[in-house]
Amino acid sequence: MDSAIRTSSLRKVYNSAPPAGAGRGEGSAPGGKRGKDSKPQITALDGIDLEVAPGQIFGLLGPNGAGKSTTVGILTTRVRPTSGTAWIGPHDVWRDQTAAKLLIGVVAQRPNLDFSLTAREILLFHGAYFGLSSQERSERANTLLERFKLTDRANQLVRGFSGGMMQRISIARAMMHDPQVLFLDEPSAGLDPQTRLLLWEIIREYNQKGRTILLTTHNMEEADALCQHLAIIDHGRIIASGTPGELKASIPGGFLLRLRFGHHSLPLLERLATLSGVTEVRASGESGADLYASRGGSLIPEIVNAASALGVELSDVHISEPSLENLFLHHTGRSLRE
Amino acid sequence: MNWKTFLALLARDAHVARRNLVPLLFQTFLQPLLFVFIFGRVMVGSGYMPAAYKSLLLPGIMAISMVFTGIWAVAMPLIGEFQFTREIEDRLLAPINISWVAVEKVVAGLIQALLTGLIVIPLAWLILRPGLELHLANPLLFACITLMVASFSACGGLALGCSVDQQHIGLMFSMVLTPMIFFGCTYYPWSALRNFPILQKLVLINPLAYASEGLRATLVPQFPHLSLPLILVALAAFDVLLLVVGLRQFQKKAVT
Repeated sequence: MDSAIRTSSLRKVYNSAPPAGAGRGEGSAPGGKRGKDSKPQITALDGIDLEVAPGQIFGLLGPNGAGKSTTVGILTTRVRPTSGTAWIGPHDVWRDQTAAKLLIGVVAQRPNLDFSLTAREILLFHGAYFGLSSQERSERANTLLERFKLTDRANQLVRGFSGGMMQRISIARAMMHDPQVLFLDEPSAGLDPQTRLLLWEIIREYNQKGRTILLTTHNMEEADALCQHLAIIDHGRIIASGTPGELKASIPGGFLLRLRFGHHSLPLLERLATLSGVTEVRASGESGADLYASRGGSLIPEIVNAASALGVELSDVHISEPSLENLFLHHTGRSLRE
Repeated sequence: MNWKTFLALLARDAHVARRNLVPLLFQTFLQPLLFVFIFGRVMVGSGYMPAAYKSLLLPGIMAISMVFTGIWAVAMPLIGEFQFTREIEDRLLAPINISWVAVEKVVAGLIQALLTGLIVIPLAWLILRPGLELHLANPLLFACITLMVASFSACGGLALGCSVDQQHIGLMFSMVLTPMIFFGCTYYPWSALRNFPILQKLVLINPLAYASEGLRATLVPQFPHLSLPLILVALAAFDVLLLVVGLRQFQKKAVT
């Protein structure tokens, strides 16, 4: 198997509102057009090429509505691509769905549990759908319930579970048939910090068995902590990819100083660009500037001096160290949280 | 086709049905039996209806019970499972073509409808006993028609369940199911509409009319009924049509 997951020129245009959890948010319509039948057309994916090596934890990082869930949807047979192809291992997902489905486990963004069943039954029936023997099903279900700390609630209907518990049983279910490739769409959304750490540990453990994991997140810390390879996605396009280290190293200067002044002046920006260690200065809004530099706090006195020499007052400054947040900001001009 | 997966999907539905057995029994049998009691026992016993009405009523009640059960058993879970919570997702991700997930729903509904039909007969017989005249002349034909009725009800459930949103369930009952029952030749034979010639033609678009008349033709052939070839062709046509429409709607709902 050359790659565990591969997509080529993947495009998806929704003719109606995208499903919940995929391409939401107003910012998701870069190509917002009206078709001839006057239905709004929303371009969720605009030519996505991905390649994930077997045994990798791959992160798809981006804000809400960037196209993460749509990408996962296409790779897991749930969203039909408008054009382009997607493969899981050797199988073209949309030509050989059943073979692709045998290789994958999927955790959707929102829990989609079978509410008519108990936690244990959810695992047992999932195992049965994948043809596991009754003994295998029972053993695996017990191990997973134990691992996800759900043994004491195993025989209760999941209808009454808390959000965090539903998320845990969803992940346990996806692991039940021991898939080669595990998709986790925003796996730690809504989890308390303790459960999040448990989840990270379980994901790493699963990866150590040689399994491939693709997870989406808008949490930089999670991407940084878990992923061996990242692709940053925005408006349906991959804007950067590499290891977290490589990506962070690609930010000019490394440090980001977000400055706010009493008012703006072009000469000030020019002056700031000449300060030592500064690699790039960008105007931001009416009276702000983003400054990429190789040092942080030690630049402040020089900035203050430069500003007051031109009669401008520095009103606010925020220094951040090299991070994926800065990277995203650098590539898109927007914060991940915006 | 992956039989292991298909059988596991069926086992899941059987398990859920077993868990809800008591409410399911009340939901399925209470209304038809009350109907049988009031119309077949009270009305006939008090002389407002002729004694023969008992025998005429039973096939109609059987048809209603089966059709309601089949539609309900397939449509209601589907409407819920395709909602916001997407409960069906795990089954759509099972290693089987998703059309088989829909077919499994139809098979589960069909089995429930068949069981209902076969249980309603003895239950109604207990209530109507003296004076009920059933003549099962051709058991094979009866089995064939019962099977076709069960399958059109389950296929209808698939088509409805994948076309109706949760907020429109009430509308589905008042706009589709209620007219279907009253214009389904259930409480009266088709020939009773001869004084309403337009209505008599119109009810022929209602599959329940063929179900009632078909069961009447095989259980109580002493009463007038539609011709058997017409009944068989119409039921077969509705089975195929509703299955095709249902599968198409299911695909639309299942894949974005």
